Amino acid sequence: MTGQSSAPVRPLIRIQRVRKSFGDNLVLRDVSLNVAPGEVVVIAGRSGSGKSTLLRCINNLETIDAGSIYTGDELIGYRQLGGKLVPMREAEVARQRQELGMVFQQFNLFPHLSVLDNITAAPIHVRGEARSSAEAYGRELLSRVGLPEKAHAYPKQLSGGQQQRVAIARALAMRPRAMLFDEPTSALDPEMISEVLDVMIDLSRQGMTMIVVTHEMGFARAAADRVILMHQGEIVENAPPEEFFTAPKSEATKQFLSKILP
Amino acid sequence: MTWSWPDFLEYLVSPYMMRGAWTTVWLSVVSMVIGISLGFVAALMKMSHNRVVSGIAGFYIWLWRGTPLLVQLVIIYAGLPQLGIRLGVIESAILGLAVNEGAYFAEIMRSGITAVDKGQHDAARALGMTYRKMMQIVILPQATRVIVPPLGNQFLGMLKTSSLASVISMEELLRSAQQLAQIEFRVLEVYFVAAIYYLAMTTAWGFVQRRIESHYDRPFDGRDSAAAAAQRTVDPAATEVISR
Ligand SMILES: Nc1ncnc2c1ncn2[C@@H]1O[C@H](COP(=O)(O)OP(=O)(O)O)[C@@H](O)[C@H]1O
Ligand SMILES: [Mg+2]
Repeated sequence: MTGQSSAPVRPLIRIQRVRKSFGDNLVLRDVSLNVAPGEVVVIAGRSGSGKSTLLRCINNLETIDAGSIYTGDELIGYRQLGGKLVPMREAEVARQRQELGMVFQQFNLFPHLSVLDNITAAPIHVRGEARSSAEAYGRELLSRVGLPEKAHAYPKQLSGGQQQRVAIARALAMRPRAMLFDEPTSALDPEMISEVLDVMIDLSRQGMTMIVVTHEMGFARAAADRVILMHQGEIVENAPPEEFFTAPKSEATKQFLSKILP
Repeated sequence: MTWSWPDFLEYLVSPYMMRGAWTTVWLSVVSMVIGISLGFVAALMKMSHNRVVSGIAGFYIWLWRGTPLLVQLVIIYAGLPQLGIRLGVIESAILGLAVNEGAYFAEIMRSGITAVDKGQHDAARALGMTYRKMMQIVILPQATRVIVPPLGNQFLGMLKTSSLASVISMEELLRSAQQLAQIEFRVLEVYFVAAIYYLAMTTAWGFVQRRIESHYDRPFDGRDSAAAAAQRTVDPAATEVISR
């Protein structure tokens, strides 16, 4: 969203004191984060610091142990029932997930479906859209990610960069309110990274709300409104890119930057 | 009494033996279809997060895989009447074979589903699919490729295993042979013919199985199956029938 006024904007994603552990391993320690509509937030941090878990919690692919997550006014995963919070039914959870698009490190395209079928599967079978309109929009998205000629190819026939661009198109086909990217370029050969980042930068210019876990600091400089550093399950830095790179406050960020920047 | 060619040839074209063979075929098909349905449900139940549900499926699989089919058939046909449950020969045979098959197929199905990459679940869920949609659209079509070869072998096994139903007097191929043998005592000729019938059925199935497998053996790249089949050098299905 461009032209934000000085009036406080209602966050599109609100994460409040979220705690999550796997067994004894406390992975998220009371994490709080607001993301405004149209904002692009980059999350960096060492492997194992809880970045993927945070993204997965936002989309309810993992359940949280404490705290709450909202998209818009809607509480993720729970509903009020007689003054108490109870876990949602499967169909409601599935409906909420439609609001958020997700892109994975390993692409996770459906190997048995053509590129176009990958993109239209959810619009047709989940949202009940007509095949013709789903395919028309699917082709439009394929053009947007620069692969208009690959509609009938299969994932195995594409390069990693092309697969990831299809995965982005597939997520966009559900017309999500925000996009979550989990290290979208980490599994790619170096020469393919920029073709994916370019698509993401485009998307951010069109006003898409994005949370991007990545170590591509070039992308953070070019597209991020804020950069966050996660360290041992906590957000230890949360600042605009200039400040993040030039005047980091936390020791963990300084260490991170000294490793990642030449 | 030596080998008699005329008797052998007579048995070979005997309508009685042919009827028995036909019974073997339909008994196997019907039992297989019911068994697959049962096994499908049992596999999904076994993978449920609900302990009771998965416990029930686990118990079924454990019990039926851990006891001989012969014992199961006799219990169903001869034992259950003691509890007032009287099933006819055909019902007993189908029930015994199908429930037994279901226990084996459940494990095949489960391994097929678990063979699908975990990331496929994540992607399907993230797109807003319910468990049912995810299974239908994403997981089962991929699991099918893993399931088809062992499933073909199960049917091959079923054609032969169905002969056990002869002990509860089901008139399938083996039972037909037994009865002919009792009339004329041409034991060797009769059972030789039965063996040939079985071999004909399993060999015919081997061809069908090979075609089905080559269809599912395609890489996920949209090429036609002929190209994929031509790429393959050794065909495991072809040697399967001979090796059993
Ligand atoms: N499904 C899981 N089961 C158990 N432990 C997990 C699971 N997922 C992640 N973890 C653990 O949680 C911690 C954070 O993991 P993750 O969120 O993947 O970190 P990051 O994405 O920052 O590398 C790690 O210690 C990891 O081993
Ligand atoms: Mg991660």
